[in-house]
Amino acid sequence: MIDYLTSFWLSLPAELQFTVYTLIKVVIILVPLFVVVAYYTYAERKVIGYMQMRKGPNRVGPKGLLQPFADMFKLMFKEIIIPTNSNRYLFIIAPVITFAASMSAWAVMPFTDTLVFADINAGLLYILAMTSVGVYGVIIAGWASNSKYALLGAMRSAAQIVAYEIAMGFALVGVLMAGGSLNLGDIVESQSGSPWNWFVVPLFPLFMVYLISGVAETNRAPFDVAEGESEIVAGFHVEYSGMTFAVFFLAEYANMILIAMLSSLMFFGGWLSPVPSLIGDSIGWLFFKTALFMWLFLWFRATFPRYRYDQIMRLGWKVLIPVTIVWLTVEGVMVYFKVGPWFA
Amino acid sequence: MIETIVFYIFAFSTVVTATAVVTVRNPVHAALFLVLTFFTSAVIWMTLEAEFLAISLVLVYVGAVMVLFLFVVMMLDINIARLREGFVKYLPLGIAFAFIMLLLMLNVVTSDIFSNEAMLEPAAKAADYSNTKALGSVLYTEYVFAFEIAAVILLVAIVAAISLTMRKRTHTKFQNPSEQIRVRKADRLRIVKMPAEGE
Repeated sequence: MIDYLTSFWLSLPAELQFTVYTLIKVVIILVPLFVVVAYYTYAERKVIGYMQMRKGPNRVGPKGLLQPFADMFKLMFKEIIIPTNSNRYLFIIAPVITFAASMSAWAVMPFTDTLVFADINAGLLYILAMTSVGVYGVIIAGWASNSKYALLGAMRSAAQIVAYEIAMGFALVGVLMAGGSLNLGDIVESQSGSPWNWFVVPLFPLFMVYLISGVAETNRAPFDVAEGESEIVAGFHVEYSGMTFAVFFLAEYANMILIAMLSSLMFFGGWLSPVPSLIGDSIGWLFFKTALFMWLFLWFRATFPRYRYDQIMRLGWKVLIPVTIVWLTVEGVMVYFKVGPWFA
Repeated sequence: MIETIVFYIFAFSTVVTATAVVTVRNPVHAALFLVLTFFTSAVIWMTLEAEFLAISLVLVYVGAVMVLFLFVVMMLDINIARLREGFVKYLPLGIAFAFIMLLLMLNVVTSDIFSNEAMLEPAAKAADYSNTKALGSVLYTEYVFAFEIAAVILLVAIVAAISLTMRKRTHTKFQNPSEQIRVRKADRLRIVKMPAEGE
């Protein structure tokens, strides 16, 4: 039987073998991601619950551990309602676009120095491009729903993403100046040594800008005006139900994990160990650092009240962008004089 | 083989979506088709190993310019019926211009400059070839003067656009965030002592 299967596999054309290999690799990356997303929603409710002196979900399964599956089945079997006078095709396509964009960004993510799906040269640029495509899902959803609240949410989201993407891009320019490469693996390798070599030390203001615009880019609290329950019900996805809503939800959480992992790769040395003499570099360190940032997202949500729309615009255009420009100049000077262990 | 298939799929969809941009009635649909056109042309650039250009096309045009475009198109209440008025009246002129454009394009495309002999298939680059690095080194050495001039022109355009929209608007109400942040309890809250009200 096994012999037969091997000979059958080898008889396939090389292109087909390559395609199957690639698909298997995609599944190996995305299935754990979905599991993490599912339990991230559970963790969010638990963490915020304990921060607010309550228990969070605790009925489905031991300690509520099966809650994500209960939610998932509920959403799967709910009816998808398409509003009258909405634009049918765009209404269905919108969550697909958001989801596809947030998943495709994971293609260039390096997990260790060898474990990377697509090791392309312009990886950083690719991730920035893919995350910026995700906003189309939000805008199209808002427009196609034929609803005031949805359109308002989409408008807010579009303005916010345009504002914060510039700051985010400039922060990444700082990273690639320090790393001397657009390849994420090379950026991590150039931080090797000790925690003192991590880019968070020379680029701390850029790290703060990146983190803030990352939260804004994923439409998370305190920048969640696109959803803004208290004023526009649920914003852009107010008309979505069942799986179409679940897909938006999945994309949002996958994006949060993406931003968390990117922050740890670009500023905190990714898989590099903070204590090289005790424990070596491993993928575990990357997951540990990512988990810390993921927790930070939840902490933000439990702590900060939502920004007002004009405050968001002011912060993006008048605070974050000038900070990045100033610090890029400082960094340029540091690069010129080959300061410290980072730019030598 | 696969590259040819990919090229034909995306070249075909580029043409189809580009045609749709000017033929669909709904302006939002037209803008979305334009987004799709940018995307498919980015893929074609990618097959030419110009990964930096392809990704920056997506990043700049799809990710920023078209978002603003859509933003404006969705906000405007465009009267489609009025736009379609006078179609027959302008049709002869339109056809004449289309014909002239077609002739000019045919003249250019069929000339020797674009012949198969002049435009040979580019040799595949080595795996460690970085399109970004190659573009950067050319842009900041050989063409640095043109690059700087382009930057200055853009700056002038930004200044001009801002100065055109900068005007004193006395009737608008707005918040001053720094004032709001600096506010202290004493500014807003006054504790008064008063005798308890009897029954």
